[in-house]
Amino acid sequence: MIEVLYFAWLRERAGTAREKVETQAPTVAALVEELRGRSEGHALALSDLRAVRVAVDQKLAAFDAPLVGAREVAFFPPMTGG
Amino acid sequence: MEVRIALDPFDPGAELSGFSAAGAGAVVSFTGVVRGDGGLSALEIEHYPGMTESAIAAMVEEARARFGLTAARVIHRHGRLDVGEPIMMVLAAAPHRRAAFEAAEFLMDYLKSRAPFWKKELGPGGETWVAARDEDEAALGRWGGAT
Repeated sequence: MIEVLYFAWLRERAGTAREKVETQAPTVAALVEELRGRSEGHALALSDLRAVRVAVDQKLAAFDAPLVGAREVAFFPPMTGG
Repeated sequence: MEVRIALDPFDPGAELSGFSAAGAGAVVSFTGVVRGDGGLSALEIEHYPGMTESAIAAMVEEARARFGLTAARVIHRHGRLDVGEPIMMVLAAAPHRRAAFEAAEFLMDYLKSRAPFWKKELGPGGETWVAARDEDEAALGRWGGAT
């Protein structure tokens, strides 16, 4: 079970801020593939990964990062702090 | 070293005068303010509670080690902000001015592109998510890496 979080326009497109996902996906990329099948909104949110950043357990990660033991995965656009 | 993520407004003057920089020869502070460009009426800032604090704490620790800071404070707001309100503030204290200036710039550059905040502009044309700028990402190169 992984807690999946969405922020900013990814949250708006996916239609949810967080959801629990039952998955055996070995990598972030494999999880993305599964999430795209959840709804049209999910597919739209995750359609262009060049515009998406990911954090695994609150640390920035790459899409090929392994998910072994991960509890939380977050998807969001490039950050605009400051 | 202190990191504060705040929903409520803060007073930059009070932060500066209350900043304990004993032993430092230089204190640099930077305050970011909501601009009223293009009829913008307000900003809505979203963040990732938990990761925001830990990511900024890591940046502050890196700045402390790299520039020899004796004290540092980062304050960043979230929620709805009106034009003219302070968004964030960085305070850096070091033995000498160059280190304090550089540490403040280092922290600003990393806050822009590596702290999990997202700004939405509310204006006459409705709501728009602010896009990250290539030059902000490129600015990280100055510090020897974009990680």
